[in-house]
Amino acid sequence: MATQQSTSANPKVNYEYRRKKAAEEMRKHVTSFALMIFVTLIAFIMVLAGFDKTFVYPVLLALAALQVVLQLYYFMHMSHKGHGAAALFLYSGALVAFITILTFLTIVWW
Amino acid sequence: MSTVAQKQGFLAVLWDYLTTVDHKKIAILYLASGGFFFLVGGIEAMIIRIQLAVPDNNFVSAGLYNEILTMHGTTMIFLAAMPLLFAFMNAVVPLQIGARDVAFPFLNSLGFWLFFFGGIFLNLSWFLGGAPDAGWTSYASLSITSEGHGIDFYVLGLQISGAGTLIAGINFLVTIINMRAPGMTYMRMPLFTWSTFVASALILFAFPPLTVGLFLMMFDRMFGANFFDVSMGGNTIIWEHLFWIFGHPEVYILILPAFGIFSEIFATFSRKRLFGYAAMVFATVLIGFLGFMVWAHHMFTVGLGPTANAIFAVATMAIAVPTGVKIFNWMLTMWGGSIVFTTPMLYAVAFIPSFTAGGVTGVMLASAAADYQYHDTYFVVAHFHYVIVGGVVLGLLAGTHFYWPKMFGTMLNEFLGKITFWLFLIGFHATFFVQHFLGLMGMPRRIWKFLDGQGLNLFNLISTIGAVFMAVAVLVLVYNIIITQIKNVRVGNDPWGDGRTLEWAIASPPPFYNFKQLPLVRGLDPYWIEKMEGNTKMTPAEPVGDIHMPNNSFIPFVMSLGLFIAAFGAMYQVDWRASDGESFVWAIPVLIIGMLITIGSMAVRSLKDDHGYHIHKEDLLNDDEGGRD
Repeated sequence: MATQQSTSANPKVNYEYRRKKAAEEMRKHVTSFALMIFVTLIAFIMVLAGFDKTFVYPVLLALAALQVVLQLYYFMHMSHKGHGAAALFLYSGALVAFITILTFLTIVWW
Repeated sequence: MSTVAQKQGFLAVLWDYLTTVDHKKIAILYLASGGFFFLVGGIEAMIIRIQLAVPDNNFVSAGLYNEILTMHGTTMIFLAAMPLLFAFMNAVVPLQIGARDVAFPFLNSLGFWLFFFGGIFLNLSWFLGGAPDAGWTSYASLSITSEGHGIDFYVLGLQISGAGTLIAGINFLVTIINMRAPGMTYMRMPLFTWSTFVASALILFAFPPLTVGLFLMMFDRMFGANFFDVSMGGNTIIWEHLFWIFGHPEVYILILPAFGIFSEIFATFSRKRLFGYAAMVFATVLIGFLGFMVWAHHMFTVGLGPTANAIFAVATMAIAVPTGVKIFNWMLTMWGGSIVFTTPMLYAVAFIPSFTAGGVTGVMLASAAADYQYHDTYFVVAHFHYVIVGGVVLGLLAGTHFYWPKMFGTMLNEFLGKITFWLFLIGFHATFFVQHFLGLMGMPRRIWKFLDGQGLNLFNLISTIGAVFMAVAVLVLVYNIIITQIKNVRVGNDPWGDGRTLEWAIASPPPFYNFKQLPLVRGLDPYWIEKMEGNTKMTPAEPVGDIHMPNNSFIPFVMSLGLFIAAFGAMYQVDWRASDGESFVWAIPVLIIGMLITIGSMAVRSLKDDHGYHIHKEDLLNDDEGGRD
């Protein structure tokens, strides 16, 4: 199975090395998966417990942002090399979106 | 394919252009249709100036005047300046980075046809009951109450052509990131490629807000929504924000590629490396970022409050810094260079003071307190024409002369080119310089007529005479183009003799596969480096091998045509509902048929594999020294 999961087309790449890398990758996947489940649970519990809304909203948003980052870095390969351009555009887009939303919240609607 | 295309009939050529996915032919399509819309917008400008030539004039009626000024702005920005820039981007950027085509040739064609059908749709409004009449900004408080279908044409036409622009922008981003030749690092990319890259990134982030704004406007006007209707709980200011979140980056989308063209021209005709290359790249990127943080300077008088106004005023003034860096770098590029005053170089030299004048009035306008005085006067008109005509249009005219040999294999006549330049430059300053003072005297923008005895007569007349000079200049350019193409004197790789970048290393026009062997790039200005070492051509980075090429496709045309048809249905279903189903019964069926054509052609494209074809190594070797398209 490990051979099929290899991302390298080069047969000379060391088999043992690839196994080790794949195992590391798997450990990261499982860790972040567990973390994401845990974060989701916190979110649900927080709402069920009926905390104050001014507390729940920002924490929910922060947890959501954490989820996105975990997803991007551990499942969508942003942690790997060669994703500089993608990261640049993601962060630029996030910045533009943030400024836009901030404006709407501060000077358009209220 | 193209190598045996010498004796094609007209229909075969037409079919070739309708189906082409070759970036060089798409560049010609963009140039031709952008040039056509430029002439249309120019005629509209002339009508505006004739109406304002003398006081209390009745050359056009008030309603028609509103339509003409709206269409002048909309046409010039969306249908002339953008596609003309895309023409040069398509013609030059893949060659500059040593690529055989853009990353997605099919999408390149789709982007063009969407723009083209959107533009045609918008201009059909003239013949179908009246053009949009709420200004190119189409502020919602005005446009949701505009009668007839004018604004519907604006909304649907721009939605279609905006999708084309977004596709083209994404295509150039992917091309520049992924398809650079071996050795072409980011910091070795020519400035025109860099500015195309940043402008494409701005397109990627700026067009979605426009799409959203147009979408809300479409629902407000055609499907009974009330996003902008204050009496129904909507908010009319939202349109202004969405429009300017798009609109301000849009002006940088226009000016940055023009900066790029000028950077190439300065280096080429000063026969010097561009001064401060790294600073130029940094300034370009910085202008791109700051471009997103300043949109509310168009809205100082809306009443955002002193804090918001102050933030946006300071951010706006900050843009003068990277722009100033660029201005000084261009001057220092010329400093000590052995300058040749060709037509493109004349444009470049004239661009510096013209654009700087526009930049200085920009800083004046950025001062929020003073802007209350300037707002919606001719001062603003003078300012943005100084940056757009003095920057973008001069850049486009310079680019036309500079890149014409690379696109068509012939040189535009230099003497006629210089006549165009002087007429245009004099006319431009005569038209717009006096408008600063008209504005300060209190003449409002977009006004239909002015009265005698208010001290506005003389300057308005001067302005109109200047516009005539510009019109004559454009006619000389058209004449120049026609006689050049009739004489058809072919030129070689590097007709200016001082080409620095990769596009001058291959034939004019290049063979349809561009580079037989991808070139090895050894530094900034790679062709110049080879020339300085006595080489006549680039060192190849690969052996001669088969080249994979995309097939031509008619699908982009059909896909865009479907949306064009659907737009009519979407528009006239308003009348159908207003008449309780009595008339315009065809509207909904036409909407559905149009969407089916588009979705159907998308399905065909997705389900039917098109693997392209290969040019074989043997054919390439036989093609030696030929390669003329």
